[in-house]
Amino acid sequence: MRQAAKTRLLATAAGVVLAAAAVTASAPAFSQAKEQFFPVLSYRTGAYAPNGVPFANGYVDYLKLVNARDGGINGVKITFEECETGYATDRGVECYERLKGKGPTGATLFHPLSTGITFAVTDKSFNDKIPIVTAGYGRADSVDGTVFGWNFPLGGTYWDAADIVVQYVGKKEGGLDKLKGKKIALVYHDSPYGKEPIALLQERAKMHGYELLLLPVTHPGVEQKATWLQIRQQRPDYVFLWGWGVMNSTSIKEAVATGYPREKMYGVWWSGAEPDVTPAGDGAKGYNALVFLAPAGQGAVHKDMLKYVYDKGQGTGKKEEIGDVLYNRGLTAALMSVEAVKRAQVKYGKKPLKGEEVRWGLENLAIDQGAIKKLGFEGFMTPISTSCVDHAGGRSATMHIWDGKKWNVQPGVYEADQQIIKPMIRASAEKYAAEKKIAKRDCAKEQ
Amino acid sequence: MFYRENGQYKTSYAADQQMLPILQDRVLMAGVIVFAFAVVPFLASDYLFLSLLIPFLILALAAIGLNLLVGYCGQISIGHAAFMAVGAYAAYNLALRIPQLNFLVVLVLAGLIAAAVGMLFGIPSLRIKGLYLAVATLAAQFFMDWLFARVKWFTDYSSSGSVSTAPVEMFGWKIDTPTEKYVFLLAVLIVFTLVAKNLVRSHIGRAWMAMRDMDVAAEVIGIRPVYAKLSAFAVSSFYVGVAGALWGFMHLGAWEPLAFNLTLSLNLLFMIIIGGMGSLLGSYFGAAFIVVLPILLNQFPAMLGIPLSTAMVSHLELMIFGILIVFFLIVEPHGLARLWAIGKEKLRLWPFPH
Repeated sequence: MRQAAKTRLLATAAGVVLAAAAVTASAPAFSQAKEQFFPVLSYRTGAYAPNGVPFANGYVDYLKLVNARDGGINGVKITFEECETGYATDRGVECYERLKGKGPTGATLFHPLSTGITFAVTDKSFNDKIPIVTAGYGRADSVDGTVFGWNFPLGGTYWDAADIVVQYVGKKEGGLDKLKGKKIALVYHDSPYGKEPIALLQERAKMHGYELLLLPVTHPGVEQKATWLQIRQQRPDYVFLWGWGVMNSTSIKEAVATGYPREKMYGVWWSGAEPDVTPAGDGAKGYNALVFLAPAGQGAVHKDMLKYVYDKGQGTGKKEEIGDVLYNRGLTAALMSVEAVKRAQVKYGKKPLKGEEVRWGLENLAIDQGAIKKLGFEGFMTPISTSCVDHAGGRSATMHIWDGKKWNVQPGVYEADQQIIKPMIRASAEKYAAEKKIAKRDCAKEQ
Repeated sequence: MFYRENGQYKTSYAADQQMLPILQDRVLMAGVIVFAFAVVPFLASDYLFLSLLIPFLILALAAIGLNLLVGYCGQISIGHAAFMAVGAYAAYNLALRIPQLNFLVVLVLAGLIAAAVGMLFGIPSLRIKGLYLAVATLAAQFFMDWLFARVKWFTDYSSSGSVSTAPVEMFGWKIDTPTEKYVFLLAVLIVFTLVAKNLVRSHIGRAWMAMRDMDVAAEVIGIRPVYAKLSAFAVSSFYVGVAGALWGFMHLGAWEPLAFNLTLSLNLLFMIIIGGMGSLLGSYFGAAFIVVLPILLNQFPAMLGIPLSTAMVSHLELMIFGILIVFFLIVEPHGLARLWAIGKEKLRLWPFPH
């Protein structure tokens, strides 16, 4: 009996090995269909799932909408496949490798949806020639298209975000010079994501003479007692929150417990969605956060979404969650991807495009106010106009405040000060190019 | 029937002491190596190289390193990802600051630095044992996490705390395609395995094992615990440090301190527990189990054509992975390597088991 069990076990082990072999053998054998393949890196599990799910739903829903409403991008059907990264860099890289060759022309572009994964796949993009779109996240210096040929931090970076928060706070104080002698604490996720704004905040600190306190929170951020003890001791005038997932709601809860006024807390655009504030209940009232591209709410595109996707039972998420901040951000991320393909089709023809061709589309994006209205995104995004040199194409944001029930967008659009950021980007990109031995692109020749 | 050593006489000490005493084993091993070097590079896709084979090779090296310490010398460490981090950051800084250094030299130096750090954190092992030592090694993990996240010099003052490496080049050979990386890593792994195999068969390895089995008795027969334990820490950290450098340069290309966190330490420990403690082959099995299986499980429903949501698939992956770990540990607590040995034992008697 025991022997039989062992034999069976060996058979199982052999089966596992065979299955492994099967994975290798099943190379994708697609025919040249008229399809454009969009890889979707998402995280629907783990500590960041509350934020990852609505984003992924929005992204996938928009792709479905384009297929259902317009019959694809100028007749080219969109196909997509999701891959779960769990916000982990190694799994993200695995997903990237898994999806990059699928579809008739390979992956269109990637949204890594994690700064760590962005850093890792940036390296690979040079060989694979697939654009990496990091709308509102990723490396700040990747705005420089001459060095980072394949990265597109569309709509702005963390340096822009940090700059805008400082400007906003300065304006509240009655001028940036009033910041002198003030204390600003940065409570950040201790990862490349959270550390990105530090360089800019230090630069601004030198200019305006405020004191910057750096308070890192380790992943995933459920333990912040020590951090908030420091805040209680140091009494900073403002707290900037650079968190993600469960860290955001924990911070707000700790602020309530410490008695730190939520009105003096400013979150980056990844710290300003419904899952961040609702767990804190009424305590989150008065909390401020940046709005990047998409605030909460519904517009023309949502009506289409309900009509073409959800009423037919094709929706990815729940109907009630349409119009949430992160859902809308997923929508805009997908919109920009689709628009880039559309733009590239003008040059290369209405057929499935390669990543390299889509890059041209990304570098020549021109979504102005009129186009935004036509697409049904009025009020949900700001114009974007990119070039070979400038891969961000826009760097403005607004602020919204949580009133306990919903996010209220504050009047005024803020633009990051390029006088400060541009030299920083150049220096950082040059350093990267030298370290990696990258030959810079000559944009004048390419267009 | 075929796997039998009948008629293979050993007529010299050298023959008696060889690594693989049975001819069939030698043929099999040679076959595996030839297959890995000459056939796999032509068969495997980029995906297979980058997502499965390269991580597998590097983590197998790290698992061997940890196995030398835990499996052979009996000193539990749950902070070994820290020594990987030391290796990775040491290699990064060496390559950055002395660009003319050959990558092989960088690797060895990174390993040596990791070995020194490993010895330092191995000092508590002279006084404390077992689980208490395991907890003490956690200090290494937390200290290194802190060091590389906070001391900017190590990350070359990078604003995000993330470092990225230059492409690896040596003797005019630019190792950048997946196939080249694979071949290079395979060569490194084979050399290190050979060294490890010979180490554990030599007086050092015997001292380690004596220490593992009963330290008081080992001391009585003349083995110095200081020497045995610290040498185990040093060699183990050297291996793991080299693996860390390779993990950074060959696999990740860009990484943050989080890449070498406690999860990786625990994964390394799981590898040798599931693979088999005190077995080099077990390190390979364990690394394959931990690296390949989750990815395989993740793709299984799609391969069978079962439509499941992404979230469901990843939940299933975690559940089945956990169940399999428990299953294998119940069936064979000594790990996959022991299963392999049992299989070989059966083959010897086949087809007439008694």
